[in-house]
Amino acid sequence: MNATKTLLAAAAALVTAGAALAEPIKVGMITTLSGGGASLGIDTRDGFMLAVQQAANPDLTVVIEDDQRKPDVAVQLADKLIQSEKVDVLTGIVWSNLAMAVVPAATAQGKFYLSTNAAPSALAGKGCNPNYFSVSYQNDNLHEAAGAYAATAGITKAFIMAPNYPAGKDSLTGFKRFYEGEVVGEVYTKLGQTDYAGEIAQIRASGADGVFIFLPGGMGISFVKQYADSGVGLPLIGPAFSFDQSIIQAMGDSAVGVLNGANWSPDLDNAANAAFVQAFSAEYGRLPSVYASYGYDTANLLLSAMGTADISDPDAFRAALKAADFDSVRGDFAFGPSNHPVQDLYVREVVRDGDILTNRIVGTAMEDRGNAYEGECKM
Amino acid sequence: MSAMLLIEQALNGLQYGVMLFLMAAGLTLVFGVMGLINLAHGSLYMVGAFACAGVAAVTGNFWLGLAASLAAAAAAGAIVELTVIRRLYARDHLDQVLATFALILVFSEGTRWLFGSFPLYLDIPAALAGPITLPGGIEYPLYRLVLIGIGLAVAAGLFWLIGATRLGVRIRAGEADREMIAALGVDISRLYTIVFALGAALAGLAGALVGALQSVQVGMGEPVLILAFVVIVIGGIGSIKGALVGAILVGLTDTLGRFLLPVAFGTFLPPSEATSIGAALASMLIYILMAGVLVIRPGGLFGRA
Repeated sequence: MNATKTLLAAAAALVTAGAALAEPIKVGMITTLSGGGASLGIDTRDGFMLAVQQAANPDLTVVIEDDQRKPDVAVQLADKLIQSEKVDVLTGIVWSNLAMAVVPAATAQGKFYLSTNAAPSALAGKGCNPNYFSVSYQNDNLHEAAGAYAATAGITKAFIMAPNYPAGKDSLTGFKRFYEGEVVGEVYTKLGQTDYAGEIAQIRASGADGVFIFLPGGMGISFVKQYADSGVGLPLIGPAFSFDQSIIQAMGDSAVGVLNGANWSPDLDNAANAAFVQAFSAEYGRLPSVYASYGYDTANLLLSAMGTADISDPDAFRAALKAADFDSVRGDFAFGPSNHPVQDLYVREVVRDGDILTNRIVGTAMEDRGNAYEGECKM
Repeated sequence: MSAMLLIEQALNGLQYGVMLFLMAAGLTLVFGVMGLINLAHGSLYMVGAFACAGVAAVTGNFWLGLAASLAAAAAAGAIVELTVIRRLYARDHLDQVLATFALILVFSEGTRWLFGSFPLYLDIPAALAGPITLPGGIEYPLYRLVLIGIGLAVAAGLFWLIGATRLGVRIRAGEADREMIAALGVDISRLYTIVFALGAALAGLAGALVGALQSVQVGMGEPVLILAFVVIVIGGIGSIKGALVGAILVGLTDTLGRFLLPVAFGTFLPPSEATSIGAALASMLIYILMAGVLVIRPGGLFGRA
């Protein structure tokens, strides 16, 4: 009995010692936790921290900072995290303009950046970097999925609409890249616009048989409610951002039946995803969004790389990240040549399930899709 | 482009303008009577929307929510006036801007603390949902027509209040000479609290009515606040009539500009450039309007130049 106890204690001591030998990693997460758009950052953080908690790896510490959706704040935080917190890896930025302000500087200082969301074309093409990995997608992907599927859904004369800012223009370009029908109206709205009566009147008069919108956050909520009330009734399609878990509750039944292009869905059929959705709901009392799924995948990717390589050997660590040897909640997951995912893209439909609204996959839009900018990336 | 579409867009502009008026009326009263720049006016709009969404979610009744929004915004306004704003009347505008900006942060984070970061759900009451057919065959959402009606009714009520009641006389007197009416025995600090609460209630009403059409979320008040400032500058600071005319001008200019400018550019530019340049210019249009009005009448349309 005593001998067994001693043995166990010795084994435990060895395990702890072994763990202490591995190189500890410090992650700096910069994300939006206050102001408009905070729900996206909160979901990113919660998804990421869920995986960190589950792994309970004592070598991994995470420092979380709030960028308030302001590029200047994000830059200051990145400097602070790199200079005084001495982090090895940065992650968490939701918005492309913030990513453009932080990522090139961080990778130039030899830090790794793992993107949980924003993946602007500049960082996928000419500005690609071996230390920059986008776990989520390339920005155009979800718009491409909507475009590729729209004709299948019977939308042959599309009215397309996005806010007048770079991501809005990229969105419409992405939609048109694989859309086989005709575009009968193209409108750029004001960023942050809340009243869409004018645009809805134009849709009614345009002779379109379907509408594509990219209106993230509150803009989408406003549009969908007003659109439903207008009685226009044409099918609506968009990227997942506009119809994700965190915002469809606020749209109510106006959102039911809306199609959206995505690379993840709560009902995606694989064991890792079922476990993730179950654990996330149990921990936070709500269903996860796409942002939560990206956060969760990013943390698991990092943990998988920590298992095979030390951060003190950047080349080995980079190779371990690139191998993407983890169970993604998206099923098959691999990095393409520019460190962006090669993945299946789906189309989801908003459905009512009892008291809550959620998304369900209705079809596959594209298989093993990389991105349009790979050719421009030289690394 | 048909005449019907143009009429529909004009209705949209009118509805937008009337809602802006509810915001601008309170702002212009407070500025005109008390000489106070209140940046937190947008927060009171948010308070109204959240109170309406919260009560409507619990009771299932939009109209109870609407009553709650008036009460909550007026109460929040009165409390803020008694605790913070009162100390600012004698100070210069920069101090007022700083203090009321701080109030925006307090209101935003307080609301987030109470309701969470996720947008709330607030729907149009079932009786007013869906479109109706107007003479001439225009399909127009009934709720938006009701908004125009409510907005114009509130405007009429305000004109009556300011022009024909004892309270209105005092408000106008306070605007002209606050020392004198204090010397005549009017309780000026109580009058200020009432005016501030009235302005807050109007903002709350606008928040609740518009909240049913839009997203009820933290920070929803600030974009409207900027437009409301444009409205009172165009209309003339302190003038309710100016606020009404300015709001409808801004609403029509914005809505029709967004619709007509891309069409106009499309006559001589390729479509994608036309939409993009048209949209960019349309978002500047109300500021161009403001600049134009100020060149011709530096005090605003109905201001004391």
